[in-house]
Amino acid sequence: MYNPFSLKGKTILVTGASSGLGQSIAIEASKMGASIIITGRNHVHLQQTYNMLEGDNHQKIVADLANIDDIKLLVEQCPLLDGCVNCAGIAKLILIQFIKKESVEDIFNINTFAPILLTSLLVKKKKIKHGASIVFISAVSGVYMSSVGESLYSATKGALHGFVKGIALDLAPKGIRVNSITPGLVPTNILNEAKEMFSEDDIFERRKKQYPLGRFGNPEDIAFGSIYLLSDASKWVTGSALLIDGGLTLNGI
Amino acid sequence: MELNDFIKNFAGQFDETPVELFSSKTIFKELEEWNSLTALSIIAMIDEEYEKTITGANLRSSSTIEELYSLVLSK
Repeated sequence: MYNPFSLKGKTILVTGASSGLGQSIAIEASKMGASIIITGRNHVHLQQTYNMLEGDNHQKIVADLANIDDIKLLVEQCPLLDGCVNCAGIAKLILIQFIKKESVEDIFNINTFAPILLTSLLVKKKKIKHGASIVFISAVSGVYMSSVGESLYSATKGALHGFVKGIALDLAPKGIRVNSITPGLVPTNILNEAKEMFSEDDIFERRKKQYPLGRFGNPEDIAFGSIYLLSDASKWVTGSALLIDGGLTLNGI
Repeated sequence: MELNDFIKNFAGQFDETPVELFSSKTIFKELEEWNSLTALSIIAMIDEEYEKTITGANLRSSSTIEELYSLVLSK
């Protein structure tokens, strides 16, 4: 059957696959025929994702990407890749006057430094094939907009946005494409802390009204964008940021 | 932890409201400057100064500064 979005025969690494967007991307990509290498910190959650993957030929590697030794081990164990989706991330709400060095380091370690160092090492160890596609999950926050208390989160995602443009140039001669996705709000457990601080009825309901398409995102909305960027359908696309936000940024908030 | 220190820390999250308006009996949600931003500041202040985590629901269920103080003590 004609399907330019097929991932058949491709081996794809997905970080942050224990839950949320990473889990959904791993599952949907497996349904498109890919062999998936999932990685995450939590062994039990990773196993749950593994059980949800379609087909066989998948692999799971437990790693804490905040730890450089784990990144090295992960890269060593990785087979040759046709794709990599950098999904691991944390969200933290901190007002400017409460920012400390530790909070800056924590969020940058996971959201920014880990995907940068992982990608660098994968390239150095020649684990990424010619014709492969690397995807970074960035956010509308930090690229198009921000919200109160999100300055650090925005800073980590904005940094990724710039990084993608730079390495898209570095890797073009190797035939490797690099793109990002900038999602609007997708309620996953990354938001648990924020939910506790506010409550669903105030901030979340108010925020939902800012979405012209009338709802927050589902993990699949982002997974389908990843499939496009991983597939050969996007083979002339590099350095781009795919906006998947239900129209949020149209409002010019 | 002293109530008076708590009131001082509470008042420290505000910029416009005169400090005399803050007492144990102050109904903080009636302050003109009370909004989601000051609420977030109070949550962060309590986390930083008292190492206690309170929620938005906790804030809503408290009326006076003293009530909030008791709630923080009980955590």
